[in-house]
Amino acid sequence: MNAIKGDWVRIHKIILKVGERAPNIPEDTQKVPLEMWDKGFLLNESANIGDEVEIETYIGRKITGELIEVNPFWDHDFGKAVPELLYIGRQARELLEEGEKHD
Amino acid sequence: MTKDRSFSAVMARKPEIMKSSVGIDYDVFESGSIAFDYERMMKETGYTLQEIEEIQKETSVGNTPLFELRNITKLARKYAAPGKGARIFLKDEASNPSGSFKARRAATAVYHAQKLGYKGVISATSGNYGAAVASQAAMRGLKCIIVQECYDSKGMGQPEIIEKARACEAYGAEVVQLSVGPELFYSFLLLLEDTGFFNASLYTPFGIAGVETLGYELSMEFREKEGRDPDAVVITNAGGGNLTGTARGLIKAGALDTKIIGASVSLTGLHMASDEQFNKKSFTTGHTGFGIPFATWPDRSDVPRSAARPLRYLDRYVTVNQGSVFYMTELLAQVEGLERGPAGNTALAAAFAIAQEMDEDQIVVVQETEYTGAGKHINPQLTFAKENGIKVLIGNPADEVPGENIILPENPGKISIMDLDVNKTKKSYIKNCIKNTDVKKATKEDVEFMMADAKTTEAFVLETLEELGVKVETEDK
Repeated sequence: MNAIKGDWVRIHKIILKVGERAPNIPEDTQKVPLEMWDKGFLLNESANIGDEVEIETYIGRKITGELIEVNPFWDHDFGKAVPELLYIGRQARELLEEGEKHD
Repeated sequence: MTKDRSFSAVMARKPEIMKSSVGIDYDVFESGSIAFDYERMMKETGYTLQEIEEIQKETSVGNTPLFELRNITKLARKYAAPGKGARIFLKDEASNPSGSFKARRAATAVYHAQKLGYKGVISATSGNYGAAVASQAAMRGLKCIIVQECYDSKGMGQPEIIEKARACEAYGAEVVQLSVGPELFYSFLLLLEDTGFFNASLYTPFGIAGVETLGYELSMEFREKEGRDPDAVVITNAGGGNLTGTARGLIKAGALDTKIIGASVSLTGLHMASDEQFNKKSFTTGHTGFGIPFATWPDRSDVPRSAARPLRYLDRYVTVNQGSVFYMTELLAQVEGLERGPAGNTALAAAFAIAQEMDEDQIVVVQETEYTGAGKHINPQLTFAKENGIKVLIGNPADEVPGENIILPENPGKISIMDLDVNKTKKSYIKNCIKNTDVKKATKEDVEFMMADAKTTEAFVLETLEELGVKVETEDK
């Protein structure tokens, strides 16, 4: 058992299957379903990852979907080193020190 | 009785869902042909500028600081001809609650929703507007749902969009995240129908009127500081609301000679609804993928008639490459001491080049900044680009190919703008008017409407209609 009633969880749901999608979208998008992700408090007594569950969202809506994560968290960050950016400040400061002579 | 929830059935219910979720009967402004009464819509459903100032004051929106970018101006002058190089100013809209100018738009929409007695607000946005609506809803005690296009079919999302989802949750909103595709609108309509919440669309008269205070403030501040209006205002353009609202505010202040310049990041060649190309772009807003389609057909938005109509106001429309905007973001932090989000600096990159065309004693204003943070920052955005196979190079930005590389200018002199042929855009707009309304014969009112809506002459409209084989109704029909 991965989660019990009241746990903060994330669910996933297919909104439109392949074949149900709007006709005027690019071919590569036609080939994949329209998916949805949402979060809320688990309403089932208990559930495992992959189970179809019902949740109450933060604002109180009740929705269903497949349980994919318990205690979901954000892990976006400041990325990795981007050495390509390092010249910008040094070069600009040098240019400013040279003064306003036109080249 | 349960309603049919299939895609086609929900889309067919669009008019009734819209009417009950926006509280505007758009039909009363329609002529039955191409024309509709834009100014009447803005007047009857919006608020006066003074009322909006009061509304925005209640939640501490607006009156943001204005900075003169002395070092960036100095750098621009190094590459300008003698006597050229206008002073560059920046309106620090990141100082608004929720960190962007979108707070102005959200403030009026959420106020209006509360006034009409709605229990909550919904908005479909992957941008800063989500956090703005969520923040305003938190202040006014309304519930909030934000619907985002967020992930591709592999579940991978732009760090910039993910950060915006986090911000919405921080303000107590529910965030519904979707994979790529315009059918987001279907989910959005279902949510409006299920909850009975207010559609806090970016494109209602309330939202656009909310931005008018920005243009008005600019004019007032410059008159106080410099004794005159700015010569040009450069505005990052996507859906057109920022440009429309700012321009209307300037006009209301009487700043009629200020040039309105739209700027977008060039994403030429990338398809916006493509699952495979979704994560090949390194900007999720402020780009041509929104800017051009919305300029040539504003009514593609999530309300029947968009209050954002950029062609009405713009004097010039330029594009810059992705690398130049990232470069300017780094430069703004390094030489002006202002660390802000990349997308908001699109207009700044354009202004750097535009200033060099202008005289030294002239003034060019960049009218927004946005907050920066994890995900929404040059480092994670460039890291993400590299992880998606995009090459990050230093060289000549003119060689950039969106979806393949990002070229940072090897020195500030390499930053350049591309002028879009505005007449071509206006022509496309007129073409779309005919195509989307299926009108066989334009009325005299239609011609006048298209002249105003595309800011063009009668001759231009008539000539374009003739090219399209559309006749104009004579008065004595």
